[in-house]
Amino acid sequence: MLDRAGKPVKDDTTRRVRFRGAGFVPASSRFGGWIALALVIAIWQAAGSAGLVNPLFLPAPSAIVRAIYELAKSGALWQHLSASLLRIGVGWVLGTAAGVAVGFAIGLSRLARSVGITFISALFPIPKIALLPLLILWLGIGEEPKIATIALGVFFSTAISVYSGVDAVPRNLIRMAQSFNVPFATIVRKVVWPGALPAILAGFRITASVALLLVVSAEMIGAQYGIGAFVLQAGNLMQTDQLLAGVVILSVFGLVVGKVIGWLETRLLHWR
Amino acid sequence: MDLIANHISHRFGDLAVLDDVSFAVSAGEVVAIVGPSGCGKSTLLSILGGLLQPTSGAPELRGAPPADSLNPLTFVFQDFALLPWATVEENVEFPLLHTQLSATQRRALVEDALRRTGLTDFRKTYPKQLSGGMRQRVGISRALAVKPAILLMDEPLSALDSQTRELLMEDFVRLLADGGMGAVYVTHNLEEAARLADRIVVLSRRPGRIREVVTVPMTRAARGEAAAREKLLALQNQIWSLIRNEAIDAEREVQHA
Repeated sequence: MLDRAGKPVKDDTTRRVRFRGAGFVPASSRFGGWIALALVIAIWQAAGSAGLVNPLFLPAPSAIVRAIYELAKSGALWQHLSASLLRIGVGWVLGTAAGVAVGFAIGLSRLARSVGITFISALFPIPKIALLPLLILWLGIGEEPKIATIALGVFFSTAISVYSGVDAVPRNLIRMAQSFNVPFATIVRKVVWPGALPAILAGFRITASVALLLVVSAEMIGAQYGIGAFVLQAGNLMQTDQLLAGVVILSVFGLVVGKVIGWLETRLLHWR
Repeated sequence: MDLIANHISHRFGDLAVLDDVSFAVSAGEVVAIVGPSGCGKSTLLSILGGLLQPTSGAPELRGAPPADSLNPLTFVFQDFALLPWATVEENVEFPLLHTQLSATQRRALVEDALRRTGLTDFRKTYPKQLSGGMRQRVGISRALAVKPAILLMDEPLSALDSQTRELLMEDFVRLLADGGMGAVYVTHNLEEAARLADRIVVLSRRPGRIREVVTVPMTRAARGEAAAREKLLALQNQIWSLIRNEAIDAEREVQHA
């Protein structure tokens, strides 16, 4: 109630309306994650230094850093890393190129969709690493079967994310372009491609992880060099500091790829 | 150039949406299409603009379009249909990219369209940075850039607030006056129809048939004057009385669907 001067009049029953709108707006702190990570590493290091954890089962972070340093100094780190990077790079590019082409075909052509989705649905669930022995039989024991395994894994996820992205392009934009007699190729280039790009880049995040998973698995099965082979070898020799050094390198690789894709998203999807 | 709806009927599966709709839009004429919800207004517009194949009948053009028209039948969409990744000027230029025009000619057309819609200062802006009214201005600017003979407007103001709607309606009156363009204006808003149209085609409830064609008995310029308000209101009431009962039935049908 207001008095004549427009001021609120309060009495015994006057109370504030309780605020009920809090929560459900998770805002991440810029440094929160790093502080939490540093805290966990510090506790881990302290437990290792105090002798609370057997270093054979869980070496302290300092031991892992030392192992990485020794690997870098000896040149073994680069030898293993370059072998893995080459396999991932070639496999990912081949799988992505084929996946984008097939994904667009499925997204744009009725014939390709009816044939392609059937094949993808049937083949996608197969763990690609299970095909490695067959690929070795077909392609020999060199780099080819490992690269093909990665390419296959990347191909299916890429094709699915691309045609899902094409399907998600708002139909009203395509109708708009058709209403201006814009040719098919221009609609694909100027409407469908940018419209599908968010889904395609999201797919890249997944396929980068798939490639990392498959390279490690493939190298564990049949490779002399590579991070996967190194981790397996270290495990067999109970060199857990080296084993975890390999795991840390994989983690850093994943982080770097994530950052690169994040940068690409910022550059290419600035309009969102 | 005239646009003719020649005995157009349309079905979506078992659902009959339009039944034998025929009328013509002459060069420079504005025809509004009104009717109860679901009567097939937007479907009719899509058919007239060649975006949907009718089950029977056909949309037809009579006479040659203006020599400089790059897209004689041009849509203005209810949801604006702007490319979110393109700036205002890129959106306006988009329908010109595949034409034979040089970059200089394209730029001139874009400039002219932006100037006519008051968007010159917003050329580098992205759609998400614009209000609903400004986005629709971009849609109109894009339509003007191709120099249409007939604008096909699908409830272009229905997504906007009443103040913006009023401002854009004034813009439409001005653009339709000096452009020499015809228009088919689909709306559920009888005030818009009465303010903008030369003739109003009233459709019945689904399947949409022409119930009546009402001629607005004054020029568009005169409709802005105070003296015209009563006449326009009477016209709106006349049209409302034609569709009121069917609008109620259509609403109940939607509720029970």
